[in-house]
Amino acid sequence: MPHDQTVAALNLDEYKYGFKDPEKYVFKAEKGLSKRVVEQISAMKEEPDWMRKFRLKALEIYERKPVPTWGADLSGLNMDEIYFYVKPSEGEGRSWDEVPEDIKRTFDRLGIPEAERKSLAGVGAQYESEMVYHKIKDELADQGVIFDSIEDGLKNHPDLFRQYFATVIPPHDNKYAALNSAVWSGGSFIYVPPGVEVDIPLQAYFRVNSEKLGQFERTLIIADEGAKLHYIEGCTAPTYSTDSFHSGVIEIVVNRGANVRYTTIQNWSNNMYNLVTQRARVGEDARMAWLDGNLGSKVTMKYPSCFLMERGASGEIMSIAYAGAGQHQDAGGKMIHAAPYTTSEIVSKSISKGGGRSSYRGLVKVEKGAHHASSNVECDALLLDEKARTDTYPYIEIDENDASIGHEATVSKIGDEQLFYLMQRGLGEDEARTMVVRGFIEPISKNLPLEYAVELNRLVELEMEGSVG
Amino acid sequence: MTDEKPLLTIEDLHASVEGNEILRGVDLVVRGGELHALMGPNGSGKSTLAKVIAGHPAYEVTGGSITYRGDDLLALEVDERARRGVFMAFQYPSDIPGVTIAQFLRQSVVARTGKEISVFDFYDDLQKAMELLEVDEKFAERFVNDGFSGGEKKRNEILQMAMMKPELAILDETDSGLDIDALKIVARGVNTLHAELEKMGALIITHYQRILNYITPDVVHVMVRGRIVESGDRTLAEKLEAEGYELFRGEEAAAGAAS
Repeated sequence: MPHDQTVAALNLDEYKYGFKDPEKYVFKAEKGLSKRVVEQISAMKEEPDWMRKFRLKALEIYERKPVPTWGADLSGLNMDEIYFYVKPSEGEGRSWDEVPEDIKRTFDRLGIPEAERKSLAGVGAQYESEMVYHKIKDELADQGVIFDSIEDGLKNHPDLFRQYFATVIPPHDNKYAALNSAVWSGGSFIYVPPGVEVDIPLQAYFRVNSEKLGQFERTLIIADEGAKLHYIEGCTAPTYSTDSFHSGVIEIVVNRGANVRYTTIQNWSNNMYNLVTQRARVGEDARMAWLDGNLGSKVTMKYPSCFLMERGASGEIMSIAYAGAGQHQDAGGKMIHAAPYTTSEIVSKSISKGGGRSSYRGLVKVEKGAHHASSNVECDALLLDEKARTDTYPYIEIDENDASIGHEATVSKIGDEQLFYLMQRGLGEDEARTMVVRGFIEPISKNLPLEYAVELNRLVELEMEGSVG
Repeated sequence: MTDEKPLLTIEDLHASVEGNEILRGVDLVVRGGELHALMGPNGSGKSTLAKVIAGHPAYEVTGGSITYRGDDLLALEVDERARRGVFMAFQYPSDIPGVTIAQFLRQSVVARTGKEISVFDFYDDLQKAMELLEVDEKFAERFVNDGFSGGEKKRNEILQMAMMKPELAILDETDSGLDIDALKIVARGVNTLHAELEKMGALIITHYQRILNYITPDVVHVMVRGRIVESGDRTLAEKLEAEGYELFRGEEAAAGAAS
């Protein structure tokens, strides 16, 4: 019961993952984006020709599309200053001993090998532009579960890969999906065969170490009929004065009766632009759940989506965003009901403080023919001081008249009466505020794996310390 | 049972909220072990007195003093007062969604005692307190006051009182909005705690005499327009019940003229 621990003052910097290691790499592409860089990436990965062409086509699409201006301010993002590909080492390890010592030390410090031993079915670790480690428990591999780097997925399972790759998120979907399609590197390829249930989570961990790096992981997950999977993604980076860039694409195919949960806890340093496209295509009676935690970064734009394509499909998005000084979390979700009897739920919670800004941006769409659809959206914002800001942009498009749609939004502050009440029970002001915030995020934290719930609570405590006056 | 040295001494207390003077010279002495009832018409300042003792930031003390166990209570922050044993059962307690009563109480008890408590000891105590208040076990896992009925909120307040083991308990209209069964349970809770915590002084604020059928006060005070205009034994409450606050209309007028 982490809530019950009275935590002594923690002598940590607010962002404990801000440490950096000396920059080392075996290959680093020239700065900026060009056809040459894209060709180079493809050549380094010894890709088939179709993929090289796919990348080049995507680059054209990227260049044609304007920078979106409807969301967060992206004017500070200078693509000419970004390194689009940095290969940190030769090859990928299947045991941590095969991972270069200094990189291994970093992941040790982040607690990844320990978490792997304790509570995970498999781990992937990406450092800069490449996965440096991938391992799944033997018994899962024996059942036919594939958990590879995306590159190995393409190499070792070319047909399966090509059947699904870019089918959920095509390059022209948005400017940054196009960019990722052009320069993608790293990420996971996962296939869970029909009926196989992976009961403990697989996890991927993303670390950016170099300054001004762009990380473009690409993940493709296929849960075949009746399969079950929980995948967790964590992200951190050192704190630099210049900006870094992370733009992932995550495609998930949830076939009939399958059940996928995807948990992200991004705790990027506050110089990171984080523009991610995540989408699931959900089949008949299948279920997709996104749990999206946006705690770090300078700017995040991320709207996990479920395309409910067949009868009885259901989707859930739970998100928690924290926006401190200098941060803008523009997050939310999309639920597309494209078949009858589909259901969706979005629960979004945001906390803003010290001039931080959080936005909920969501779309619920019920297409013609998707009769008996139902959807419920709840977004709650908590403002911790007068400078904090929150906005809500809910879009609802309904083309069926029997849809059942609920939407509820609240904005609250920690009330003086609440504080008085808690302090009258002996709690100090910081402690009282922390308690209210923890309660506010409880609907999300109770759905997190324990160590993430602890981490989230620890973070809230750190942020709340000294928040008074 | 009664201590010689007063637990709480209030002298000529004046207090305002948003510039309006509500308390206009309150004098009150509560000794350890004593049960005091504070009665009075609506708007007479009873709840204001409770909040000023607890330290509500919206109330400004403009004169007089409150001495608690020999110390200047007004110099202490709200949480410090609570840790030293001042407890107020709220008339309108706030809800804290997402925080269970057990979590909340555990943190409060640790704050109050200044010591960690083992999970087992804590749940033992909680179990006893819940039995006293006749709430079932699941109650502790509910979020604090979230979606509670009026009666549940009041029981929750007394449950907290049982766990916090105060030295000075102020019950701010704990009886209001309770049906007779709930009232009896709450009153029994207060009586039991009063018996267990021998040194606990209590100030029971009420508009009606009704709760005093179940809790026998040592002293009854009547407050009108920010002053205690009469004090006496429990027969004063009975007199009030029979004749109403009309009885003190004269004092009310006098208090008004004085301001």
